[in-house]
Amino acid sequence: METNNRKGWLYLLPAILFLGFFMVYPLIDVFIYSFEEGYNSASQTYFGVGTYNYSYVLHDPYFIQAVKNTFLLVIITVPVSTGLALLISVGLSSIRPLRNLFQTIYFLPYVTNTLAVGLVFMILFQKTPYTDGLVNLILHWFGAGPVDFIDGPYWAKMFVLCFYTIWVVMPFKVLILTSALASVNQNYYNAARVDGTSRLRIFLRITLPIISPTVFYLIITGFIGAFKAYSDAVALFGTNLNAAEMNTIVGYVYDMLYGDSGGYPSYASAAAILLFAIILTITSINLLISRKHVHYTN
Amino acid sequence: MNIVLQNLTKKFPGHGRKAAEEVVAVNDFTFEIPDGKLVGLLGPSGCGKSTTLNLICGLIRPSSGQIFFGSQDVTSLPPEHRGVGMVFQNYALYPHLTVLQNILFPLQNLKGKNRPSKAEMQKRALDAAKLVQIEELMERKPGELSGGQQQRVAIARALVKMPHVLLLDEPLSNLDARLRLQTREEIRKIQKATGITTIFVTHDQDEAMSISDQIVVMKAGVIQQIGKPQEVYDNPANLFVARFLGTPPINLFAGTVRDSKLYLGTNCVLDAPGIPDQEVWAGVRPEGFLLQPDGPLICQLTGIEVMGRDISVVSTHPACQAAAIRSIIGSDTRVDTSQPTVRFALKPGKVFLFRKDTEERLACQLR
Repeated sequence: METNNRKGWLYLLPAILFLGFFMVYPLIDVFIYSFEEGYNSASQTYFGVGTYNYSYVLHDPYFIQAVKNTFLLVIITVPVSTGLALLISVGLSSIRPLRNLFQTIYFLPYVTNTLAVGLVFMILFQKTPYTDGLVNLILHWFGAGPVDFIDGPYWAKMFVLCFYTIWVVMPFKVLILTSALASVNQNYYNAARVDGTSRLRIFLRITLPIISPTVFYLIITGFIGAFKAYSDAVALFGTNLNAAEMNTIVGYVYDMLYGDSGGYPSYASAAAILLFAIILTITSINLLISRKHVHYTN
Repeated sequence: MNIVLQNLTKKFPGHGRKAAEEVVAVNDFTFEIPDGKLVGLLGPSGCGKSTTLNLICGLIRPSSGQIFFGSQDVTSLPPEHRGVGMVFQNYALYPHLTVLQNILFPLQNLKGKNRPSKAEMQKRALDAAKLVQIEELMERKPGELSGGQQQRVAIARALVKMPHVLLLDEPLSNLDARLRLQTREEIRKIQKATGITTIFVTHDQDEAMSISDQIVVMKAGVIQQIGKPQEVYDNPANLFVARFLGTPPINLFAGTVRDSKLYLGTNCVLDAPGIPDQEVWAGVRPEGFLLQPDGPLICQLTGIEVMGRDISVVSTHPACQAAAIRSIIGSDTRVDTSQPTVRFALKPGKVFLFRKDTEERLACQLR
């Protein structure tokens, strides 16, 4: 018994060491940093301990902007991308010819580099001296005026960012959902057909509850992923996100560390801890809601 | 409601490289199922019995032929308009719904004037549950039920919308031996109580024989024989049917008819008047052996198996096609196991002759 116990710990040791070194220790370190006031990275000294860093961050208009952007991004993209992915997967599962072709097409964004996709979106949306971009061309046909999506009004930029995010996260969701749909036993559908169940009711009362654990998984990871958004915004609007009013919380943390206005690890730590608290809260709420609506069988 | 199948045929397209080759799962079925009867479709796996059931249900469309429910041609009707209840092999109970919700499900699908009131739905669900004795399980989920209980819920769900026809696909195959005996009696009882025309599919001849009013024996998409279980057992149309029915299975001998006498090996066992001289297959039911000191069939005794009610005598004979002959005799008979041989007389009614080439039954009066 005793030796078995020791053996168990031995097997766990590499993972514990790695996680401890690269996750637990930094997390604690960040937590400590966030309470050290007036930290100077050159001399590695600080004046005192307190909540000033948090108060600074919470009163920083750039941070407020970043939180607003992040929340908008989360609230818009998670439901829309999950819903769309569900529709596409159901569509994919119900067609037979060319299914593999469509599956490949829908999966392409997943294997494409973020920055390359950003470039494509530039071509689609950006206004330059030579062209208004493809989207504006289409808008023009419908008699709508040209909109500068990259350097223009806030809502236009937010629209592009959400569009981009949805487009990037979609393939993974479609992939997971199609396999979840494929694993639903055909007999349930046969039984429902014999009983004269309408297609909508089959979907709502049978398909959706049976794949609900997968949908829930996608929603949770979707929330977390969207809260951590950063590279998408950079790909579209460049590195000076504060100027573009398009910064995200992670972007704010990065700027505080390394940006032009950077060099403030204490502020960055405080912002990171705030983000951590937000994600923890939202995920807990998600878990609570899921208890009622997610059906795990066996 | 009686069901008529007329020249019903279902072909499935082949797969893979030999895509040109079609699989004929159901080949030119024509038979009638009388109103209010329990009919068993019986055959080895892959014989097309489940396909037949799905055709009757409407889940698959026939390649040709017609299906009538009463006088109505339902061939092109979708399943929900046929008024059938179906119990699937793995029950297909919705795992996230309680037993009550599962039973209510078909009723909640009804629309317009057919839709009963909420109270009426509850009452009908409870009636169906009482019929199969699961009324105390209504709030459980299928995952918390045993196989037998799930089976009953599936039957209740199929019965709650009061179908004209009840279809059961291998209803007992997921149950253990004891539960199988009990459940098959219950299916029979429920069928009798409701009077619903019922068709069930099974590969277990015991099951089909014990509860059916009529059995349909199938092989490779072709009907071999239709009849009452006992009639089919006593009068098999061909070698396949004879071998498929009965436990222990029929004992098969390579025999010869010479001068109107049946020879198994060198033993002349019975008179076979009116049969031209030829090689035949001779099938002898296990209960067709009579232990006699001067019996004409001389076998090498291997041993005996006491099964309580009867004794099974295991022996060998050079003309026997199987490794051993199993003959069942009453347990009050003494078998002298010290002897190397055992001698049998055969009951003429339990011996069937089949043509060697077509394996069809040779009509004759053995003596």
